[in-house]
Amino acid sequence: MRKCNLPSLGSIYFLVVCAVLYLPILLLIIFSFNNATALVFPLKGFTLQWYGTLFENRELLKAVGNSLMIGFGSSLVATIFGTMGAIAIVRFKLPGRNIFLAVAALPLVIPYVILGVSLLILFNEIGIRLSAFAAGLAHVIISIPYAMLVVASRLVGFPDNLEEAAMDLGASYWGALLRVTIPICSPALLAAFLLCFTISFDEYAIASFLVGTDATLPVYLFSQLRFPTRLPMVVALAAILMTVTMAVMLFTEWLRRVVQSPAKKG
Amino acid sequence: MTDYAVELCNVTKVFSSGRGAKSEDVYAVKEMNLGIPRGQFFTLLGPSGCGKTTTLRLIAGFETPSSGEIFIQGKPMSKIPPNVRPVNTVFQNYALFPHMNVASNVAFGLAIKRVPRDEQKCIVKEALELVQLADMGKRMPSQLSGGQQQRVALARALVNKPAVLLLDEPLGALDLKLRKAMQIELKHIQEQVGITFVYVTHDQEEALTMSDFIAVMSDGLILQLGDPATLYKKPANKFVADFIGESNFIQGTVDSITQKGTKLRVLDELVTVDAMEVNLAKGQAATFTIRPEKMMLKTKQPVSTEALSGTVQEVIYIGTDTRYIVTLQSGESVVVRVQNGCSPDVEQFSKGDLVKVVWLPDDARLLAD
Amino acid sequence: MENRSRFASLIGPPSLYLLLIFLLPMGVMFVYSFRAGIAGVAYDTFTLANYQSFLTNSHFHRLLWRSAGISFTISVISSLLAYPLAYYLVFKAGPNRVTLLTLLIIPAWTSYLLRVFAWKLILGSSGLLNSLLLSIGLIEVASPILIYSRGAVIVTLIYVWVPFVALPIFAALERIDKNLLEAAADLGCQPWEAFLRITLPLSFPGILAGLFFALIPTLGEFVTPLLVGGVSGSMYGNLIQDQFMRALNWPMGSVMSLAMLVAVLLLVFILTRLSSLTDLVRFS
Repeated sequence: MRKCNLPSLGSIYFLVVCAVLYLPILLLIIFSFNNATALVFPLKGFTLQWYGTLFENRELLKAVGNSLMIGFGSSLVATIFGTMGAIAIVRFKLPGRNIFLAVAALPLVIPYVILGVSLLILFNEIGIRLSAFAAGLAHVIISIPYAMLVVASRLVGFPDNLEEAAMDLGASYWGALLRVTIPICSPALLAAFLLCFTISFDEYAIASFLVGTDATLPVYLFSQLRFPTRLPMVVALAAILMTVTMAVMLFTEWLRRVVQSPAKKG
Repeated sequence: MTDYAVELCNVTKVFSSGRGAKSEDVYAVKEMNLGIPRGQFFTLLGPSGCGKTTTLRLIAGFETPSSGEIFIQGKPMSKIPPNVRPVNTVFQNYALFPHMNVASNVAFGLAIKRVPRDEQKCIVKEALELVQLADMGKRMPSQLSGGQQQRVALARALVNKPAVLLLDEPLGALDLKLRKAMQIELKHIQEQVGITFVYVTHDQEEALTMSDFIAVMSDGLILQLGDPATLYKKPANKFVADFIGESNFIQGTVDSITQKGTKLRVLDELVTVDAMEVNLAKGQAATFTIRPEKMMLKTKQPVSTEALSGTVQEVIYIGTDTRYIVTLQSGESVVVRVQNGCSPDVEQFSKGDLVKVVWLPDDARLLAD
Repeated sequence: MENRSRFASLIGPPSLYLLLIFLLPMGVMFVYSFRAGIAGVAYDTFTLANYQSFLTNSHFHRLLWRSAGISFTISVISSLLAYPLAYYLVFKAGPNRVTLLTLLIIPAWTSYLLRVFAWKLILGSSGLLNSLLLSIGLIEVASPILIYSRGAVIVTLIYVWVPFVALPIFAALERIDKNLLEAAADLGCQPWEAFLRITLPLSFPGILAGLFFALIPTLGEFVTPLLVGGVSGSMYGNLIQDQFMRALNWPMGSVMSLAMLVAVLLLVFILTRLSSLTDLVRFS
């Protein structure tokens, strides 16, 4: 076969698409260092002042705190529920398995606006105050399917009688889960947690309905978009958030692939 | 009856399809009564789907009987879950814990029982020496070959000193040479350790090699129970005769019943077959069986033998033996195995020769259908 | 059987949570749709007025169809753009394809809000694109048509969805037995013929999944329209948000949400009929 040194049409297209995908992010990062208040070319000099203002911004810091709290909390709960669900759907073939899977996965396809308003109504009816915590409760729902997916896909890579083997050797069923199943899944558990965290941390639509006065970071960001003078600060914030998210996602992908389920040995 | 390590009393196991239709229920084990003597190498032998693995899992406790009772060392097991039963299993896929090294795998059962660390180390060392993996303690399962993994699985089960060791076709994934070596090794280990082994396989040669006792199963039932020699020489029915080793089946009609045996008419020849417990009436159709190596070919029927006439169809030379496929007058084919270079009065035949297929009366058995 | 009790213990807590925080609110919303809502108070009455109002209001319908149109456009164009990407990765990219796919996905996983915001900055009248065009001299005056329009919503959402749509198409193409293509070549098939006759049909489940994955969530979109849609780009989701946050007619909003929910469930049902959901788990 002739060795073609010219990049193929497909690879050019791929590069173009990648460039377009990364472009807005890169632009944000570039302009976060720009010594000007408007997002126009040409660049006017390097500055870190916008980053500096972030740390003095009380409201912002409170919003970050809220996002971190509910991010951590909802991810923990979603990972636990997701793991339980994953073990249930992978290891058991009992009636109810498919219904459970369907209901747990449904939030993946229900528009967030519906999830948001339905909870708004419920919380109003039963008297739960609108707060970051309320948004956190909702975030668990949207995160569970992702957690389940990540853990389940690791679990299926292992022989299905490991729990049986552990019980044969004297462990109770729950002991078998703790000593064998969970340790085997541990990279997936971490990956699931991180995935759920990024989902919660970035989530705006549902939070906009449920946070009340406790702004989360995206809600706070959104509220600042009306003020042109605050723009550079928002851009700096956006740059940080996107970079951190990308780093976390890279780490999660590394976790999932390098510590992959081994092929079943015959 | 505490001389039995394991006893099954009228055990039935049904798997219902869950859709309520009784016709779709699968009876994996049907009213089985079985006593497995202590300290023996006992094998459940049969084709796929005969219920042997289900029986094993019933003993282990991973399945519960639909009816009947299981006793281990005389104690009823119906309320006792698998993790408490004095049995351990060697699984077909070894089921080694991939996140633990060999030593931790082997020590697993001990760790559950909270055996002190140094004691664990000692016991594990002994066990690994027993299975000839003495310096592999720190390796991970993924670094081991199939045969080595299997030995770790064995050690892991044995350290718990179970009353009964269950083995579910553990050699199935190994290549032929390794499998044959492991068969002998397993037998030695069993003799050394003295624990009752209950072994499941579909390979009849494997069963004959290793076992003290064999239960031949088909379709949820035990068809015959006995030691290898008995099963081979005196199969109780067609299935056992066919499943174990090679057999010829010849049909005839009952002509008369004498003191020496039952006379069967095969076309226009008469043969006498030892009837044993089989009761047949005159005129009834019957089948008898005989091993290929117990038959001989002669031009003339010698005294004190039974014979049937036939024509040689094929002559196949396989080095150690010559296999003759002979078509009898009735049209049935039989296989006759003659060892080469054995004795001078062995006649050689070629295709198309008219022969007498000859055997000693003791070597044929009438079958209960 | 202990098996059943273990299974129940495992799905019990998540199921309870799903019931209370996911299904129950839907039920309450359903009940709400029958209440009379005036100025932020929902009277505990039973009325079908909201349904009547919904069914007769042409503005609502127009917006519903407009949203459907926008979503449909987005999902079709995204799929068209994503297909060559997935194809390139599976057939031409060799052993690095998973890494490259990850490269494609990573930006898609950063904050949706921030990415839409970035486009707002790029497309806006004092934004990048305009300043760029101005400085080159292509246009005389900053043009606001790029932003606050239906087109802006479509472009932005396509940008968001292309990587996600590429995933199921990638999975479907990956699963095609390469021997089939070799056999086709062996039988004298030209590459483009092989593509049309073998690759494309076999990748159809993936395309379908991709279409639906983009279609269903974008139906309920309201954030992007808020940021870049202006008036002409507003969608059905904005209507709902409006009812809850501004008009404070929650019962009416409930009716509208339920209408969308029914539409979404119908689409999901159709999708599951057309292909299996286990593809999702198998892909990872």
